Amino acid sequence: MTYKERFDKRDFKEMRPIDAKIGVVPNADGSAMFSFGDTIALASVYGPKTLTPKHMQNPEKGILRVHYTMLSFSVGERAKPGASRRSQEISKVTEWALSPVVRLDELPGTVIDIHIVIPQANAGTRCAGINAAAMALAHAGIPMTEMISAVSVGKIDDKICVDLIKEEEDYEEGEGATDMPVAYLSNSGKLTLLQLDGRISTEKFEEALEAGKDACKKIFELQKKVLKEYK
Amino acid sequence: MTPKEKQENPGKEGKREVVIPGEIISEDENDLPGEWTVKSGKNIVATRLGVVEKIDRLVKVIPLSGVYIPRRGNIVIGEVKDITMNGWLVDIGAPYTAFLPLRECHGFIEESEMENVYGIGDLIVAKIIDVRRTSIDLTMKQKEKGLGKIREGLIVKVNPHRVPRIIGKEGSMIRLIKEASKCVIIVGQNGLIWIRGENLENQLFARKAIEFVIENTIAEGLTEKVEEWLKENKLKLKEEVKEN
Repeated sequence: MTYKERFDKRDFKEMRPIDAKIGVVPNADGSAMFSFGDTIALASVYGPKTLTPKHMQNPEKGILRVHYTMLSFSVGERAKPGASRRSQEISKVTEWALSPVVRLDELPGTVIDIHIVIPQANAGTRCAGINAAAMALAHAGIPMTEMISAVSVGKIDDKICVDLIKEEEDYEEGEGATDMPVAYLSNSGKLTLLQLDGRISTEKFEEALEAGKDACKKIFELQKKVLKEYK
Repeated sequence: MTPKEKQENPGKEGKREVVIPGEIISEDENDLPGEWTVKSGKNIVATRLGVVEKIDRLVKVIPLSGVYIPRRGNIVIGEVKDITMNGWLVDIGAPYTAFLPLRECHGFIEESEMENVYGIGDLIVAKIIDVRRTSIDLTMKQKEKGLGKIREGLIVKVNPHRVPRIIGKEGSMIRLIKEASKCVIIVGQNGLIWIRGENLENQLFARKAIEFVIENTIAEGLTEKVEEWLKENKLKLKEEVKEN
């Protein structure tokens, strides 16, 4: 049996409904919420502030620190709270995805802390986290060259799908599932995040990248709209 | 409206559009990139969330959010964090700690006397005399009134980018609030406001007025609105005092 229809009856290249908001954490210097359907990410930005301990400071440029956490009630079976191998990996790739656009050279000796919290998860949390973090950075007034949008694309059996859900990631029939989160820059169209979990042919890979790019454009439009409403 | 008129009547050219980082704000090759912008090819691109201001050929972005950006000449309110051999380290809410050297204070201060002058945790009003790459220098030796230690009164914390609206054009807004509340108000450019009045009621009234301004920063004709609000609430205040 091949994968003919998606679990939630979406089109293969259609995302779940997306939503975004800024200023969700009043205590932070900047904050944002981003959601793909029932996957929700909250990002709060603190800084730029002087980095302590002093020996960690970089006199040439500022430092970006990302902390990603999934709350224990975010998934069906209780997630163990605290840092895990997975959360460390996601923190690191998020940091790498964001740092090319942040003008850290203007902020020597400082640190910018980004805390990404996932209160509810159904796959695609790192992409939702990156989208929220990009908006939170803009809200915090951090100098940035452009915005970032991220989405997960994949191949379920032999179909290219955009914005996978948990059931699709676990699909095992036919060719199985391939999961590929991508992050695109809004202006230059460069990629800052590309991970791949599964097997995919070169042709299908390029098709998936294109599908991701189109979805990221839609996400960017929403990010832009929400940020422009800021007063 | 010509750029010159625009400069003289800020906020009068109607609603200004908010730009986001990465947005192209000028395609004219002759325009010059100002603050929070970069030149990319022919275009000028914004690097911060804010509103665009164009003065002649210079295009810049006025930020709307984020931490305080220190500027030379600003009056700021800060908290003493540490005492060193030759001065005080002061947190003014900027990315870098500010430094108040001994030589920038009035009179002769013995090193052992330093903590009696400004102790750790004290709030002080000072002026920024220099902003360097990773340091900020403060001074007390200026003619401005009110520089020194804060001993009494109320501190209100607001978004530093809203401070120009609280002060108003040539201090018109803050003067209104001062007169209505009979308080001495010192507005730190870093978003900390010091209110000192005869009694708590007046101080709280001044704080309420400032909160009203913050909530309505985008409204047009804000000064008139505030005037009305002050009149209305002043009466309420009097009644409350009478009842008590």
